[in-house]
Amino acid sequence: MKTNILLAGVGGQGILTIAAILDTAALASNLHLKQSEVHGMSQRGGAVQSHVRISDTKIYSDLIPQGKADMIISVEPMELLRYLPFLKKDGYLITDSNPFLNITDYPELEELYTEIKSYPNHILIDAKKIAKDLGNSKATNIVLLGAASSIIPLSEESLKQAIKTLFQRKGDRIVTKNIDAFNKGKEIATETVS
Amino acid sequence: MKKLLLGNEALAQGAIDAGLSGVYAYPGTPSTEITEYIQRSKLAKELTIHSQWSVNEKTAMESALGMSYAGKRAMAVMKHVGLNVAADVFMNMSVSGINGGLVVVVADDPSMHSSQNEQDSRFYGKFAMVPMLEPSNQQEAYDITKYAFDLSEKYSLPVLLRMVTRLSHSRAGVNVGNSIKQNNIHLPKNATQFSLIPMYARNRYNYLVNIQSDILENSENSYFNEFIKGPNTSLGIIASGIAYNYLMENFESGKCPYPILKISQYPIPKKPIKKLFNTCKKILVLEDGYPFIEEAISDFLGENRNVIGRLSGAIPRVGELNPDNIANALGFDIVIDENLPKVVSGRPPELCVGCGHRDLFDAINKLKTETESQQVFGDIGCYALGALPPYNSIDALIEMGASITMAKGAADAGIHPSIAIIGDSTFTHSGMTGLLNAVIEKTPITVIISDNSAIAMTGAQDSSASGRLIDICRGLGVEENHLKVITPLHKNLDQNIDLIREELNYNGVSVIISQRPCVQLPKEKKDKLKKIKNVSLN
Repeated sequence: MKTNILLAGVGGQGILTIAAILDTAALASNLHLKQSEVHGMSQRGGAVQSHVRISDTKIYSDLIPQGKADMIISVEPMELLRYLPFLKKDGYLITDSNPFLNITDYPELEELYTEIKSYPNHILIDAKKIAKDLGNSKATNIVLLGAASSIIPLSEESLKQAIKTLFQRKGDRIVTKNIDAFNKGKEIATETVS
Repeated sequence: MKKLLLGNEALAQGAIDAGLSGVYAYPGTPSTEITEYIQRSKLAKELTIHSQWSVNEKTAMESALGMSYAGKRAMAVMKHVGLNVAADVFMNMSVSGINGGLVVVVADDPSMHSSQNEQDSRFYGKFAMVPMLEPSNQQEAYDITKYAFDLSEKYSLPVLLRMVTRLSHSRAGVNVGNSIKQNNIHLPKNATQFSLIPMYARNRYNYLVNIQSDILENSENSYFNEFIKGPNTSLGIIASGIAYNYLMENFESGKCPYPILKISQYPIPKKPIKKLFNTCKKILVLEDGYPFIEEAISDFLGENRNVIGRLSGAIPRVGELNPDNIANALGFDIVIDENLPKVVSGRPPELCVGCGHRDLFDAINKLKTETESQQVFGDIGCYALGALPPYNSIDALIEMGASITMAKGAADAGIHPSIAIIGDSTFTHSGMTGLLNAVIEKTPITVIISDNSAIAMTGAQDSSASGRLIDICRGLGVEENHLKVITPLHKNLDQNIDLIREELNYNGVSVIISQRPCVQLPKEKKDKLKKIKNVSLN
């Protein structure tokens, strides 16, 4: 078992939090993991990505080879497509539908959606709205993690435990809100896919 | 115990566990998290390990040398271009040698993710003739750092530990071991060692040269340099540091059919290379950065031997390695796909929403329309993003501190107005001396210190300049009438333009401190700043 997950978004959107949850859950499950991330200049409003690799056997490379990503999870629709060369033939695309508009030549949204929908395995949801309706718009990233959870080779318990571990210092209320976001994401994705 | 650590954090934990007494550093991507980890570590605090930021890399390395002189283990940490700043002490302390173990950690940035060049620090290590280490993964980053301190004390030489961006910023589970006690203070047995006047320096230089064969032999027998047998001798592979991982990624079974020499300790181990050479028809060299090994062995192995790598074109000459470009070099049938759907546009980094630099650039751009010859010399920091659209405010930026001195040279050439924009921390890092130079010559330049009270690009670390800029400028001799403070806010735009224009017209040195805290600063830091905020000019 080796799973390659590519996380994408814009600096500050919370992809490193998703990565930290996956890392924590993988380590707690006694699995091997490698997770590379972006620091420094690129983080300032630029495109960022993180490669997360989880396996029951030794992992060598910190980077996912092209064409080997099982899924790309993105917090923004255009950033999802930036990493397509990494996607496996039958890999999954999971993204929030809301654009992050800090550039002048952002493409037409419909064009982006059409491109995403041309891939059979995709989950395109308004995660931002789901998070907002739950009273925590910051949890968009966790909604997406929930949406992707059924195809991630980590148990739901281990992921939720990791969310608890990571958000604990912010208090029980924040932990609960993030668990709710995770559950809702999972629920919506199940409806969308089936 | 297994801990989840970045390569940088594993290295830092290794240093703490090796009995470190002090880390000295200036922040710089990709090296920053090493010092930050030690600053946050409870254990490091209990052990009273010194971990405050230094003013620049040169002062950092000199302080580390001082701690080593006192017999304790010290570490100096910087990014690759930081080693240029500290090169003076680095080259000389290889001659003086050390007392307590001294490890110089330098994080290189192949592919220039956050840097202005791709320089490979291994050349500095060879230049200084010191042992070098290059971990290939997070566990090795931990283990090799502990080993580095022992190696340093064994030869009484500083040891260079080279990291690369990808390993610095990649996380994995790391088995963490026991820590050893810090050294007690013990002064050097031979005090003359540290006085590099020629008569003593010659002795030490002889020692450095004479010990080269020993440190080569040590490297050739090092546990971190491994010869891995393989049945297919049509090719032999030399893989250094992280390159080994990308190589092995290409063999799903975890078994490479070709013999491999994995290198993580330098000087370049000659014996195993000769062995590989005598066994294999062709040699592929995989190394992140410059073709350091490839160049060296192409020479000593002779022309009729077939060596391929970055120089031969088997691997691209620029940019970092990855599993794909290595697959290509191995002759695997893969196509590196660089095509994205047409709908995807570029998204370069940009200044944060609400950032004070934005308001400063608005003012500069307005003034740019008024004169033709005006030139703006920028510097290294967040405000370097002013070189990009939508601002395009900066005409040149080269390295830390160059804004003021380049503006001076351009003014000497007759350009007026000649403007330097420099951050508060960069100013104290290496701008102050240039300003003194301009003051002495009364050069007509306008220096704008964009003071956000933080080393913002690397994560808003404390700036040595906070609360001191006015005093420093006064002390350097900037005239009181031409030392101004503005607040870069949209509502002050016209007023700021008028003030800057006035100073641009002055035929001497003007300094304008454009002061507003970084928007990324946490609230507690902003509150702390209020207490030490620059007093007004009166």
